[in-house]
Amino acid sequence: MHDRLRAGLLIAPALAVFLAFFLIPLGYLAVAGGAGGYSAILTEPRFLRSLVSTLLVAAATTVITLFIATIMGLFLARVRFRGRSTLLALLTLPLAFPGVVVGYLVIMLAGRQGLVAEVSMALGGDRIVFAYSLAGLLLGYVYFSIPRTLLTLMAAAEKLDPRLEEAARSLGASPFGVLRDVLLPGMAPAMAAAGAICFATATGAFGTAFALASRIDVLPMVIYTEFTLQANLAVAAALSFLLGIATWAVLALARGASGGAAA
Amino acid sequence: MRRGIGFWTGLSFTLLISAFLILPIFASVIAGVTANQFVGLSSGLTTRWILDVWANYGGTVLLSLQIAFATLAITLLLGVPAAYVLARHAGVTARLIEEALVMPVAVPGLATALGLILAYGAVGGLRSSWYFILVGHVVFCLPFMMRAVLAVLLAIDLNRLEEAARACGASWAQRFFGVVLPNIRGGILAGSLMVVTLSLGEFNMTLLLHTPFTRTLPVGLADAYTALRTEMASAYTLIFFALIVPLLSAMQWVVGRMDQQGRSR
Amino acid sequence: MSIAISLRSCGKTWAGGARGLLPIDMDITAGETLVLLGPSGCGKTTLLRLIAGLEVPDAGGQVLFDGKDVTRLPIERRNVGMVFQSYALFPNMDVTGNIGYGLRVRGFAKNEVQNRVAEMLEMMQLTEFRNRSIDALSGGQRQRVALARAIAPRPQVLLLDEPLSALDARLREQLRQEIDTLLRALGITAIYVTHDQSEAMALGDRICVMDAGRIAQMGSGRDLYHHPANAFVADFIGDANKYVTQTGEVILRPEELSLRPDPNAAFMITRVTFLGPVLRVMVRHPDGQELRADVADDVTLQPGMRVEVSVGGASLMKADPPALD
Repeated sequence: MHDRLRAGLLIAPALAVFLAFFLIPLGYLAVAGGAGGYSAILTEPRFLRSLVSTLLVAAATTVITLFIATIMGLFLARVRFRGRSTLLALLTLPLAFPGVVVGYLVIMLAGRQGLVAEVSMALGGDRIVFAYSLAGLLLGYVYFSIPRTLLTLMAAAEKLDPRLEEAARSLGASPFGVLRDVLLPGMAPAMAAAGAICFATATGAFGTAFALASRIDVLPMVIYTEFTLQANLAVAAALSFLLGIATWAVLALARGASGGAAA
Repeated sequence: MRRGIGFWTGLSFTLLISAFLILPIFASVIAGVTANQFVGLSSGLTTRWILDVWANYGGTVLLSLQIAFATLAITLLLGVPAAYVLARHAGVTARLIEEALVMPVAVPGLATALGLILAYGAVGGLRSSWYFILVGHVVFCLPFMMRAVLAVLLAIDLNRLEEAARACGASWAQRFFGVVLPNIRGGILAGSLMVVTLSLGEFNMTLLLHTPFTRTLPVGLADAYTALRTEMASAYTLIFFALIVPLLSAMQWVVGRMDQQGRSR
Repeated sequence: MSIAISLRSCGKTWAGGARGLLPIDMDITAGETLVLLGPSGCGKTTLLRLIAGLEVPDAGGQVLFDGKDVTRLPIERRNVGMVFQSYALFPNMDVTGNIGYGLRVRGFAKNEVQNRVAEMLEMMQLTEFRNRSIDALSGGQRQRVALARAIAPRPQVLLLDEPLSALDARLREQLRQEIDTLLRALGITAIYVTHDQSEAMALGDRICVMDAGRIAQMGSGRDLYHHPANAFVADFIGDANKYVTQTGEVILRPEELSLRPDPNAAFMITRVTFLGPVLRVMVRHPDGQELRADVADDVTLQPGMRVEVSVGGASLMKADPPALD
């Protein structure tokens, strides 16, 4: 009993903060939407459109990121070359960048004075600028999704039993066969988990879209606009509550499916 | 592995993606110290933009540091004991509490911030003080501290060590401070670096929680990106990198060292 | 100063309702070494943890130290020394720090801690390693540190939970002897948990064989070996043939059987394996039952040969139908 009392006292402060500054605010958020807020979401095509485009952007981000990170993860997990650890350290830097900074980096890459524009001009072509389009937004989302996904998939690739691959090869499997029958099935749980995190993060991402002032109305941007510019608190609250529940559910499902492997 | 065509294709792909991730960072850093953006690097290097930015936005950097360290202190006091309790208890209740406490990570900051404004926006002077931002950062960062510490607690076979200390006659305080805490220093350090890094870069919540008098570094950055010229925006970003990159490197070093120790055991 | 320990109907039911230990009564004499022996999951570690004070018995159970009820006293106030299976040395302290820990938390004066630790280092031949970190020790050295840490505060009881199971066979043998010498020298009441019967035989004044949460038999090694209470004990202590005769099952030790070639005998040799110290011979009775006999090396014994089997001096069976022991 004494033990239980102590455990309770030790965890109470964290629980109190969680309750007061997360759960109660979330409750306010759920209620503030009111019937008007929630019905507006369903009836106004603007909101549905933004919902659809948000999900599409998030899905595209997830697919592209998984493709890139799987290849890189498999490669970096099995080869050793000089400068590998430095490269890994550089690749994980963007983990700590807020979305706004990522948005700015996309401008540095594909903006009016960006690297792509300079190179395309130098090669005698037109000034290529796509930072503010859908492509730019996607580029930003993929940019901040790669480091985390890469870390998860690299760890999974390192845990693969090399004897399985050797067994497949001893049985005559081609490199592609090994990839299809051994490597990808072995990585699948990690890919599912990392993909879910990627999807949820992209759905809730805000800073990048904000910095790019992009023309694509992703949900977080709509929430921000409704709240600050339109002072439409009901819709902003309803939208963010649904968004919060949705991202939490995606992550909880992924965690359940991967047995706790996902962060 | 023989360095066949597979190796070279993999390497080229990896380098291409690495360039995509790294080049914009360098471009931004260089733009922040280039004297004339249109002429390029040949115009020479200057610290003028950085000094200009500091004069106008130095306050945001200081406020961000203040919030980050306050967040760190609070998450240490709340997160370490919570992780200890969660590591010691295997029951369903403990798992449910753990699940609840990490929820704030899964919900977009925008939603949490909106909820905080609705619940406490009208309470006294809270809305206009930096404590409002602090509250948001604590809620968001606490799970990271907790998980970093919890991971180490679970790796060291906490229960066995505590039983051994009890068998030697140690009271709870003696074993918590003499055995538990010293053995999870690595996790506490990793969690601390993580919390400071996250707090310094937090934007999604802070954009809603801040007021014109409580602007943090990322909020200032967002403002600079829309309002200022490229060299100023880049110089400002450079200041942010200068804060965040050492923290991140230190974190990688700590985690790498813990991995090595874990293997040697 | 060693003490007697008594358990009065100590049982342990886990939170899920599983019975870890059925109510047990047991008396441990002051100064004796009692070994708890059994397969994993038999309740031996649970029993040890009840005595240690790491678990509380189900309602009604009592743990008595020299007649004093300590059932509700947590381990930190029972003055016991404990050695854990995985050593559980504190990674944040060096060898000296680990050994002195029990003295420091009890508030001993600094120079007394130093003296006692030096004494322990000397006794365990660890003096040259005194400033080593735990990571830099071998398995055997860690084991010695764990022992030294447990006995440094001069506990009334020493509890050892499979202390040698993480070591390889040769080191185990050596440390077993060291522990034996140590326990004799200290004259301390010791309870030693193991699943290894040779360890139990070597160390135990008495052995308590446990099976499925209850005591199967308690006695000296010799008692258990020669007069096993049931098939489980016979099987667990030493090797046993089970043989069904008309009056019931008998237990026959392979090394107690001897073979004599006899063309008219019922048993036939089916396999002969040379094991070094002994020759293992499998013999089969026409009714299909097989017996294992460990005999002195004898090149004349060959598969297909008929043999008469005898136990000690008495002939087990010569011809059909089997004569009874």
